[in-house]
Amino acid sequence: MSITYLEAIREAQARALAEDPRVFIYGQDVGVFGGAFKATKNLYEQFPGRVIDAPISEDAIIGAAVGAAIEGLRPIVEIQFADFSTTGFNQIINQAATLFWRTQVPCPIVIRLPSGGTSGSGPFHSQCLENLYAHCPGLIVMTPATVEDAYSMLLEAVAIDDPVIFCEHKLLYYHLKAEALPTEALPVGKARLAREGRDMTIVTYGAMLHESLAAATELAAEGYEIEVVDLRTVKPLDTDTVMASVARTGRLLCVGESWPWGGVTAEVIARVVTEGFALLDAPPQRLNAKDTPVPYHPALWAAHRPTSQTIAAAARKLLRL
Amino acid sequence: MIHAAANREIGIDRLPEREQFVRAYRWMLLARTLDDKLASLYRAGKIHGGVFLGRGQEALSVSIGLALRKGDIFAPLIRDLAGRLAFGEPLLDAVRTYLGSPLGPMRGRDGNVHRGRPREGLLPMISHLGAMIAVVNGMLMARRLKGISGTVGVASIGDGATSTGACHEALNQAAVERLPLVLVVANNQYAYSTPTSRQFACADLVDRAPGYGVEGHSVDGTELTECLQVLRRAVAQARAGRGPQLVVARLLRLCGHGEHDDASYVDPKLKDSPLGRDCLKVAENRLLQEGWADATLLEAWRAEAVQQVEEAVATAQREGAPDPYKEDWRALATRHLCEPYLDVT
Repeated sequence: MSITYLEAIREAQARALAEDPRVFIYGQDVGVFGGAFKATKNLYEQFPGRVIDAPISEDAIIGAAVGAAIEGLRPIVEIQFADFSTTGFNQIINQAATLFWRTQVPCPIVIRLPSGGTSGSGPFHSQCLENLYAHCPGLIVMTPATVEDAYSMLLEAVAIDDPVIFCEHKLLYYHLKAEALPTEALPVGKARLAREGRDMTIVTYGAMLHESLAAATELAAEGYEIEVVDLRTVKPLDTDTVMASVARTGRLLCVGESWPWGGVTAEVIARVVTEGFALLDAPPQRLNAKDTPVPYHPALWAAHRPTSQTIAAAARKLLRL
Repeated sequence: MIHAAANREIGIDRLPEREQFVRAYRWMLLARTLDDKLASLYRAGKIHGGVFLGRGQEALSVSIGLALRKGDIFAPLIRDLAGRLAFGEPLLDAVRTYLGSPLGPMRGRDGNVHRGRPREGLLPMISHLGAMIAVVNGMLMARRLKGISGTVGVASIGDGATSTGACHEALNQAAVERLPLVLVVANNQYAYSTPTSRQFACADLVDRAPGYGVEGHSVDGTELTECLQVLRRAVAQARAGRGPQLVVARLLRLCGHGEHDDASYVDPKLKDSPLGRDCLKVAENRLLQEGWADATLLEAWRAEAVQQVEEAVATAQREGAPDPYKEDWRALATRHLCEPYLDVT
C-alpha cells in the first residue's frame, strides 16, 4: 500500500478531527464536494457539522477562524489556492498574527495554502507566498516537502498554539508517494538532512527539495557529493543545521520556488554570511523563480522556476568558484 | 457608584423604565466625563498617540452595552466608551491603556481604543474595523459548535466601515450561517473628513438589510429612549434565533475624528439640524421633564463621575511606563518556536 502527499494531508485532518473535538475545517467547497483537490474528501460525512462550506470570502473565513480560536477551538482553514490568501491577508497579518502579542490570548489556527506551480495554472493559481508570511512576526510558516512531513507537520500545526501558515505544494499532491504514514517525526523548527555530501550544501524546501535531490544525483555522476538540507519550516528557520552543513562543505546554494527579492533564500544567506563567513570557501549563491508573475504556458512555466537542470548548472558554477 | 455587573446579571429590561434610563444616563455621563479628561490630558501632552472621543454617540453606544448580558460578545468601535463601560469594561482599563500603564490589559503594547479582554467577550479592535465583524462571527460559530446557545454578538462600526470588503463578506457570512449577530452602524455623517455622499450612494444604509437577507432597524441616535428600545429589540431578536440584525443609527459626530482634528469640514447646517443635538443633553432634559432627577441630583452624579475619573487617572499615572529591557519581545505563544536568531535583546 502507498499513500500520496495529498492523502497524507487528508489523513492528518481526519486524525485531528477524530482526536480533538476542538478541531473543525472551514473553507470553500470543503464539505460534500470534498475540496477543490479532494483534501477533505469524505470528512464532511465522517465528522458531521465540523467540515463547513464557506462563501467566497477569504477575509471573513480567516476572521471567523480567529474568533473561533479565541473561543478555544482549533480551526483548519483551507484556502483554495495560496494565491487567494492575499484577499485574507489583513486578517492573517493584522488579526491572527497580532492577537497573542497584544492580548496574551493564543490564536491556534492552521491556514492551509495549496501552493506552487503546476504547468498551465498561470499567474493566479501558482504562487508560493511563504516569503510574505515569514516576514511578519506572530506566524509559523511550514513548507513540507515529503509525504511524511505533510502528515506529521499538519498534525503538529493543529497542536501549536499559534497561527500556522501551512504551505502544501500542489505539484507533490499526486505523484509523491510513501509506503506508510510516519509514526515519528522531527520536531517543528528542525531542518532535515535529506542527502549527505561534502562538496556543497543546497538549502531548500517544498517542491524544490525534489529538484535539488535530482540535481545532486546528476552531480554525483560527475563525482561531486552534494549535501541537501530540507528546511521543513521556513519560520522558524533552523540556522544551526544550515550552519553545521556549511561548516562541512564550505559552499552554499539556496534554492526557492518563490520570487527572488528578499525571502527565505536571502535570509539563509544573510545568516550564513553574518555568522559563518569564515566557513565559506566561495560566495554563497541562490536560485529562485524569475521576477515576473508565474506564466501559464508549460514552455514558459518550466523556465520560470528552478529545475534540476538549472540547479545543477548553478551548482557546477559554484563548485568551480 | 454604578457597577456594570449589576445590569449584566439581571438584564436591564426587567428594571422599571426610570431605573433603566437613569442607569444608561449615568454610564453616558461617566463616558463623557472621561472623554473630556482624556482630551485635556491629550492637550497637556500626557498621552502618546491619538485620543478618540465618543461625543454625540453615547446614547447609541450605551444602549448596546445595556442590551448585552454576561457571556455576550462586543466588538466596539472607537467611539464606544459608554457602551464598553455598560458592558463591563473597568474604567481603569480605558485609562491605563490611554496612559500606557504596564498594568493595563494591553501593557503598552497597544494603546487608546485598541483595548479589550477577548476571553471576557470584549474584543480589542484592529484599526481595520470592518475586519472585526468576522471575528465576532467566528466566536458565535464556535459557540454553536460547542453547543452553547442564547448568546449574542454585537459588532459596532461607522458609516465608513460599511464601504469595506470585510464588512460585506462578514455580514453575508453571518446571514449564510444565520448567526446571532447584531451589526450596529453609527452613521455619524463623516468617516474622518469624508461625508456620506462620498461614502455610499444608497438612500439609507439600512436599505441594505434585505439585500443581505437580514433584518434592518433604524434609530435616531440622539434619542436615548429610542436607542434603548431599538437595541433591546434587535439583540432580543438575534437571541431568539432570528438571524443577524442590522441597526443603523442617525447621528452626528460632535468632535473631530480624533483630538488632533478640528473637524472644520463638518457642515454647519448639520450641526444646527436635529442630528446635531447632543444626546447627553437630550437625555438630561427627559430626566428633568419626567421628574426622574432634579438639578441637584444631576450635579451630584456629575461630581461622582468626576471623582471616579480623577481617581482612575491618578492611579494609572502612578503606575509608570513599560520597561523595554524587561519586555518579552516574543510574538508567539509557543515560546520555543521563536527564533533566537531574531531576538535582538
